[in-house]
Amino acid sequence: MDIFLQQLINGLTIGSIYALIALGYTMVYGIMQLINFAHGEVVMIGAMVTITFINLLVGMGVHLPGPLLLLAGLMMAIPVSMLVGYAIERVAYRPLRRAPRLAPLITAIGLSIVLQQLASLIWGRSFRPFPAILETNVHDFFGASITSLQIASMLITIALLAGLFFLVERTKLGRAMRATSQNPDVAGLMGVNINTIISTTFMIGSALGAVAGVMVAANYDQAHPYMGALIGLKAFTAAVLGGIGNLAGAVVGGFLLGFIESMGSGYLGTWTDGAFGSNYKDIFAFIVLIAVLVFRPSGLLGERVADRA
Amino acid sequence: MSQALLQIKNLKVAYGGIHAVKGIDLEIQPGELVALIGANGAGKSTTLKTLVGMVKPAEGEILFKGAATNKLPVYDYVREGMVLVPEGRGIFSRLTVEENLQMGAYVRNDKAEIAADIERVFGLFPRLKERHKQLAGTLSGGEQQMVAIGRAMMSRPKLLLLDEPSMGLAPIIVQKIFEIIRMIAAEGVTMLLVEQNAKLALQTANRGYVMESGKITLADSAENLLANEAIQKAYLGE
Ligand SMILES: Nc1ncnc2c1ncn2[C@@H]1O[C@H](COP(=O)(O)OP(=O)(O)OP(=O)(O)O)[C@@H](O)[C@H]1O
Ligand SMILES: [Mg+2]
Repeated sequence: MDIFLQQLINGLTIGSIYALIALGYTMVYGIMQLINFAHGEVVMIGAMVTITFINLLVGMGVHLPGPLLLLAGLMMAIPVSMLVGYAIERVAYRPLRRAPRLAPLITAIGLSIVLQQLASLIWGRSFRPFPAILETNVHDFFGASITSLQIASMLITIALLAGLFFLVERTKLGRAMRATSQNPDVAGLMGVNINTIISTTFMIGSALGAVAGVMVAANYDQAHPYMGALIGLKAFTAAVLGGIGNLAGAVVGGFLLGFIESMGSGYLGTWTDGAFGSNYKDIFAFIVLIAVLVFRPSGLLGERVADRA
Repeated sequence: MSQALLQIKNLKVAYGGIHAVKGIDLEIQPGELVALIGANGAGKSTTLKTLVGMVKPAEGEILFKGAATNKLPVYDYVREGMVLVPEGRGIFSRLTVEENLQMGAYVRNDKAEIAADIERVFGLFPRLKERHKQLAGTLSGGEQQMVAIGRAMMSRPKLLLLDEPSMGLAPIIVQKIFEIIRMIAAEGVTMLLVEQNAKLALQTANRGYVMESGKITLADSAENLLANEAIQKAYLGE
C-alpha cells in the first residue's frame, strides 16, 4: 500500500476538520481581536449532542438509514452549538468588551474548563463510542483506501467553505461583518448593530464547529467531554499558521496542518528507525505552533498589522 | 420661523474628569450650512460625536427634528437622518470603494435606488468611479475623504456632520472637497461643518459658531464673522 497517498487522504480528512474549527477562531478574532479558547468545547458539545441524539432515536426504535440518522444528529447539534456559542459571547465576553485584553483571555480559559466540567457531569468522563449506524464502505483509490465517510466529510467541508466565502464576500451581512472587523465605531455610524454582528459571527463559527465535531466523532468513532481541548488547540494552531483573522488563511492552515501531521505520523517510524511511532503524531501541531510564533507570527497569509486607518 | 432641524441646549460632555464641552447652545435650520470653528482641543469633535451618540452627554438636551435623541442607540442615528463623516475619514480600508459606498446605504433596502445613488456619488467624484473596485485603503488622502463623504451621502441624510474634511490635504484637493460641499448644500442637504480652515469654512457657510475651550464664544452670520477683527486675528491669520 502506498503510504504517501494513504496519508494524504488521512491528512485531507483531518485537515477538513481543522479548517472548519480554525474558521471559528479566526472569525471571532477578526471581529473582536479575541481568542475564544472555549471554541474547542463548542466542537465537543456538537459531537456529544449528536451521539446522544442518535442513540435516543435508535433507542426509540426509529428505523432510518445510517446517513439520515447522522444528518438528524447533525441537525440537532448545530443549533445547540450555535446557542452555546451565542451564550458564551453574551455571558463571558460582552461585559468585558472594553476591559484590558488579558481579562477576556482569562475568562475564555476559565469558561472552557467550566464547559468541560459541565459536559462531564452530563455525559460522564469516559469515551462515548459513536453509534454503529454507518456501514464502513472502503473504496480502493490507486492502492490507498478511502471510506465513504471520508469522502462525505471532504465534500461537506468544501460546500461549507464555499457557502461561508459567498456569505462573507458577496452578501450585505458579510460586508457588514468585514466593515465591523475593520472599524467597529464607523460601522456603527453607518447603522450596523455591532452586537448583532458579533453574535452572528459567534453563531456561524459555532455551527461550523458543530459540523467539525460530528466529523471527528464519526471518523474516529468516539467522543468525550475533554476532546475539545486538544482538537481546539490544534485548530487554533492552524488559524495561527494561516494568519489569524484571515479566513482563507484558516483553511490553508487547517489543510496544511492536517497534511504535516499525517505525513509526520506516517513516516515518523521510518525516520527514527522505530524509536517513535505514529502515537507521537500530536507533537507536530505544537512544533508547527512554536515555529510559526517564532519565525512568522503573522502567519502565512496574515498581514502585518498597520492598516487601521 | 420654522422648527429647527437641530437644537442643542446647554450641552455638557466630560471624559472622566476632563470637561470637553461646557454647556453650549447651537441651532441649525433646515437647509443651512453652519460652520463650527475653533482651535485644537476646543471640543468640536466631541460635540459632533455627542450628536451621533458615540459619546454620551453629561447634561443638556439634543433635539433632532424636535425630538430628543438621547435614548437612541448609536446605529439608529443614521436611520433618523443624521450621519457623521468622522475626523480622519474612518474609511473601511480593506473594502473596495464601491463596498464602502454600499456600507453607507446599510440602513436602506431599495436596491435600485441605491445603485442609482452610487452612480450619483460617482458623478460628484469621477475619480472614485475609475477606482470603484480598488481597496479604499490604497487611495490617496483626498480620494479617501471623497469616499467618506460619498459614503455618508449614501444614507440620504437630512443632516450631514463633517469633521475637518480638509485635514491633511493639499490646498488644491481642499478646494475640490469644498466645491463638493457647496454642491451637496445646493441639493438642499443641511450641514454642520467643523473646520480648522476657518476662512474657507466661513466663506462656504451661511452661519458660524466659534468654540473656545468647551464654550461657544461667538455666533453670527458667516459674513459678520469673516469681518470680525478678533476672529481675523485668532483664526484667519490676517
Ligand atoms: N476619548 C477621550 N478621552 C479623554 N479626553 C478626550 C477624549 N477625546 C477628547 N478628549 C479631550 O477633550 C477635549 C476636546 O477634544 P476634541 O477632540 O473634541 O477637540 P477638537 O476641537 O475636535 O480638536 P481638534 O481640532 O484638534 O480636532 C481635548 O482636551 C481632548 O484632549
Ligand atoms: Mg477634532
